[in-house]
Amino acid sequence: MILVSWVLIILMIALAILSIELKNLIAAVVAVGAVSLVISLLFLLIQAPDVAMAEASIGAALTMAIYIIGVRKTERSEKDG
Amino acid sequence: MVRKVVYSIFLAIIVLALAMFFAAYPFGKNKMTVGEYYLNHGVAQTGAANIVTSVVLDYRGFDTLGEVSVLFAAAAGVAILFFLAGGTKREQEDLTKPNFVVRVGSRIIFPFILLFGSYIFIHGHLTPGGGFQGGSIIASGFLLLYLSYPGTRTNRDGLSIIEGLAGLTFVVLGLIGLFLPQYSFLYNFLPKGILNTIVSAGILPIIYIAIGFKVASEFAGIVDDMMCQVICRGGGK
Amino acid sequence: MIYYVGSFLLIALGLYAVIIKKNLIKILIGLDLIASGVNLLIISIGYVKGGTAPIFSRAGLKASMMVDPIPQALTLTAIVIDASEMALAVAFVVLLYKYYGTLDIKKIRSLKW
Repeated sequence: MILVSWVLIILMIALAILSIELKNLIAAVVAVGAVSLVISLLFLLIQAPDVAMAEASIGAALTMAIYIIGVRKTERSEKDG
Repeated sequence: MVRKVVYSIFLAIIVLALAMFFAAYPFGKNKMTVGEYYLNHGVAQTGAANIVTSVVLDYRGFDTLGEVSVLFAAAAGVAILFFLAGGTKREQEDLTKPNFVVRVGSRIIFPFILLFGSYIFIHGHLTPGGGFQGGSIIASGFLLLYLSYPGTRTNRDGLSIIEGLAGLTFVVLGLIGLFLPQYSFLYNFLPKGILNTIVSAGILPIIYIAIGFKVASEFAGIVDDMMCQVICRGGGK
Repeated sequence: MIYYVGSFLLIALGLYAVIIKKNLIKILIGLDLIASGVNLLIISIGYVKGGTAPIFSRAGLKASMMVDPIPQALTLTAIVIDASEMALAVAFVVLLYKYYGTLDIKKIRSLKW
């Protein structure tokens, strides 16, 4: 339990850094969706199943789809800066 | 570069301040008094097995009504923005047509997604889940349909009617409580029933089903607006 | 304890993205990370060591061994609001791109600082 939460939190931070630093915006958005998925597992570990379901279905599915549609309408990659 | 260093120091100070503040609330220790009260008296007062549901819908039902109206405002904002953007000019993008497996598979799985979402919001007072979760699962089923059949349009008038009726159910159930001798908005006037059965907890399951329909139609409307910007001819309606 | 550290780091990373990045989509990603970090922080305040989820699904569950339900109820509504606000923000970004032809906030005149 303790070990699992350590691994998940390190994974979450790594994915968050990845989502900020990636130049390809589609990849960055997918990394944000993965952060949401890992967070929903953490919610399940600290006994919040209601919130875990909401985060998995809203944060990881719908928000990511909305972002991908938005990126598709604009630019695919981030310029330097 | 200097900017990055300066802001990193600034963020380190913020994190340090947060850590000092939360040192007074150690992880995994005792709860708040209000939480204790809801846990001890929630089942007797509301009749719902899921205490989170009884806090969301009964003790703080008015808050949830406000939250649902914020959701409505955001969905209406998306629709108005895309309408004002003048989406009337035809935007032709060549979309890769989804292959056969995706199309047939999504057609088979779509009713099961609807069934699963409805199960979740009908059993919101007994098991984890509820209107928000079930509604968003149904909306993601609509999203699957949009992705596998480009050019799908949902009936926006039907969505508006469902949404309005669901909101009306919530408000009318709340207003009935005002005319009872107890005089309170969202008073739980139906019989509580037996704990852990499907017909229990008074008005809470009805409100959660209404919220499920409302959330599903609002998110489906948002997905429709966004997808319309990508594929359909003449955005908006 | 590790939950607190993780959520602090997530909030700090989100603030970093909001302050440093010039791309509008990256700024939205930063806002999303801040929201997730705050949700995780609120839920982990309510945790009780060895506690169970606040659902009386079978007999024999004691109320004293359950985690706090109030942070979960608050976070549940916050997540839904967050998703709808993000949809509104993405709509704004799409419109800004349509009018200015760029996502760089330094090139969008009225947001220069």
